[in-house]
Amino acid sequence: MYDIVIIGAGITGTMLARELSRYDLKLALIDKENDIADGATMANSAIVHTGYDPEPGTMKARMNPEGCRLYEQLCKELGCKYTVVGALVAACGADEERHLDILAARADDRGIPYKMLDGKAAHEAEPNLSDEVTKALDFYTTAVIYPWEVAIACAEVAVTNGAELYLNSPCTAIERTDGGYIVRTPERALETRLVVNAAGVYAENIARMVADNVRFRITPRRGEYYVLDNAVQPVKHIVFPVPSKEKGKGVLAVPTVYGNTLIGPSSDVVEDLADNGTSTEGLDYVTKNIRRLVKNVPLNRSIRTFAGLRPSADVHDFVIEEQPGAEGFVNACCIESPGLASAPAIARYIINELISKRLTLKEKQGAVLTRERPAVMEELSPEERSELIKKEPSYGRIICRCEQISEGEIVACIRRTCGARTVKGVKKRVRPGMGRCQGGFCEPRVVEILARELNCAPTEIVLDSAKSNILESENR
Amino acid sequence: MSDMKHYEAIIIGGGSAGLAAAVSLKENGISDIVVLEKDGEAGGILQQCIHNGFGLQTFKEQLSGPAYAERFIKKATELGVTVKTDTMVTKLGADKTVEYVNAEEGCVKASADAVILAVGCYERPRGAITMTGDRCAGVYTAGQAQKYLNIDGYLVGKRVFILGSGDIGLIMARRMTLEGAKVLGVAEIMPYSNGLPRNIKQCLEDFDIPLFLSHTVTKTFGKDRLERIELVKVDENKNPIAGSEQYFDVDTLLLSIGLIPENHLSDEIGITMDRSTKGPVVDDRYMTSCEGIFACGNGLHVHDLVDFVTLQAARAGKGAAEYIRDKSKQRGEAVRVSAGENVGYTVPSFVHPTDAADDVEFFFRVNQPLENAVIKVMSGGAEIRSIKKKKIIPSEMERVLLKKDVIAGLSGEVTISVEVLS
Repeated sequence: MYDIVIIGAGITGTMLARELSRYDLKLALIDKENDIADGATMANSAIVHTGYDPEPGTMKARMNPEGCRLYEQLCKELGCKYTVVGALVAACGADEERHLDILAARADDRGIPYKMLDGKAAHEAEPNLSDEVTKALDFYTTAVIYPWEVAIACAEVAVTNGAELYLNSPCTAIERTDGGYIVRTPERALETRLVVNAAGVYAENIARMVADNVRFRITPRRGEYYVLDNAVQPVKHIVFPVPSKEKGKGVLAVPTVYGNTLIGPSSDVVEDLADNGTSTEGLDYVTKNIRRLVKNVPLNRSIRTFAGLRPSADVHDFVIEEQPGAEGFVNACCIESPGLASAPAIARYIINELISKRLTLKEKQGAVLTRERPAVMEELSPEERSELIKKEPSYGRIICRCEQISEGEIVACIRRTCGARTVKGVKKRVRPGMGRCQGGFCEPRVVEILARELNCAPTEIVLDSAKSNILESENR
Repeated sequence: MSDMKHYEAIIIGGGSAGLAAAVSLKENGISDIVVLEKDGEAGGILQQCIHNGFGLQTFKEQLSGPAYAERFIKKATELGVTVKTDTMVTKLGADKTVEYVNAEEGCVKASADAVILAVGCYERPRGAITMTGDRCAGVYTAGQAQKYLNIDGYLVGKRVFILGSGDIGLIMARRMTLEGAKVLGVAEIMPYSNGLPRNIKQCLEDFDIPLFLSHTVTKTFGKDRLERIELVKVDENKNPIAGSEQYFDVDTLLLSIGLIPENHLSDEIGITMDRSTKGPVVDDRYMTSCEGIFACGNGLHVHDLVDFVTLQAARAGKGAAEYIRDKSKQRGEAVRVSAGENVGYTVPSFVHPTDAADDVEFFFRVNQPLENAVIKVMSGGAEIRSIKKKKIIPSEMERVLLKKDVIAGLSGEVTISVEVLS
């Protein structure tokens, strides 16, 4: 009998699992995908928004500023990248400038630091701002992260503290019992007292397994992005347009933690919950809109395009509450932007306001909430690298020539708790294939290392999902 | 990293260019050299090119890629060239210092009188072109599929479509067919092929594989593994023509959509790059804009024949040797050699008339297929050379030689152009 089963190993589910793993509870974290953080957490703008944007009175306004305040320390504790780049909300003309004042007033209310820059100062701070930009709000504490890195680190902490992680485990049915629920997956029946529904775009479907009166409708919005070669870095800050009700935060330019610039997202409602392919329309929309804000965007240096689905809903706000009529079934749903930034606050809110009312929480002896950062060659001095190579020579064999990732780093990310099992899993954890050749050279070597470490045939190695085989057959 | 080792020359890359440059340095009297190779063995991309057709010019015989490489590895070994394999260069300094890493030595910093960049190229990935749809397994660059098949021994799929008619794509169309896969077609966005004519004949026509000119793949479908692609016809501006969509049920899409010189090392120290080749600009010695740093091979500009790589790398080796022997020598004013009508670029881009010790061969490509044409070399309004050509195509690199006495007599910019005879 579990105390809590969390459905969904994205940023919301994993962060909650980590926080809960400090208590003496029997926990399970399940996900339908083949790796942690394979949904919205994998494909978003990677920004820790400071929280000036949400409308007053919303759950978003309550969670975002607090989540943001917790992030830097959290990333330190988890050994994750947290890079302050600053964010400029750029206004073009008088109408948009007035909107900056509204945002500034909200920031004042929420204790979020900013500077108002006139046109000249804005262009000095960010030389590639378009000539149309007349004024900008500089939220200079805004940071970017690798969202999946944080989710994976949280899952690792939770599992180290005793939580059970089940991947490739879609929830197929939930039955009520006297003391709780049975969560069914194709291979298991998990009997539990509480359920937390953090299933992203699938959250409505999951909620409907226990109730008919679900108060939100998920209408996923697809966001498409370009990723630029890190040899070209057109912006130093995140550059936002002035937000609008219809278009949300709009099309941005985001300098990521490893120097690649993200350009996007588009925002199109899609019917299919799995429709995360890119489209000509979406990418054209991105191209057209970024030019209004930023000039000299070298889209010809794109190395990848991708799309992600945001779990947007008709309620336009996070739904974090016990499902009415389903005691002990907690929804953590509709977590669209700023869900990444809000996640640490959402985890605390769920524990303090919802779970603690149903369970007695007792601190567990020996639980460790921190994680040491794995060795990253790029971050070490030459002397430290040599030292590491002396101990473990595989750190001296570079597998990914674009990003200079060593065999040692790849092997370590496979052997860790919640280690990589797929080529994409390796890419998410230590980044071979993130560079300009996109794995053209290193993918075969990553496949070889995975097969060796997992003691299986290379033909069994998959790109991402359980059926995404890379090699058809052995030749001769 | 203390006790920095000094070499006369460091060659970055042990593929066909690096090996030829090393051999040339040795033959020109420079003995204290080292080749740094990132892979586990020397030979570079030749090692996975197991088909025939290498060496017709250099050795007057048809060799496989590995056999061609073996000849140079043997020669280099005989001459006592040190090749450090599994060794990655992490940094190049304008002061000709090189930082590298390997399992035996750790992180090492070394310096040299001359550095030769023989770093090769990489394949343009999917993200560089407008191909939308699912990012499932089953989409590979042609060279990646070639490595899986020829080095690792695995076939990537059974029903294959190929985008781009570059040579590796064509070679892989034949190779996968021979291994039992069904290749349904090759699409080329241009109205002409980007591969060598012999490869079109031997790899496609001989196997009845259709070539779709003025076509491109616009979309991929498949959640886990590729299931289907959308092929469309394009107009003269390369824009898809609505209504021309065709669908192919395939599990594999190979991309042969261009090769890009690998030049992050040269970029970081601000070496002047050529916008057309995407490699460094070099002079008649193959020296870049950074004194003492030379470039050759596919890292300089992308070749269709390894024989030309060998030829230019040998010249770069000789150029580096000349430089090492007399570093303070002033070579006089450089004269620019530029691409004229119908020509995409020239290599080298500069000559030194007051120090014209050798004949200089210029390599270039036309930017569209031309028939009944003439290659014209002009300087100061006068024609220096002209060569008639029945047919001249972008996929075949052309060359034109200027004698050293002609170079010595140059006074102004040289232009190489190709004109069509009326």
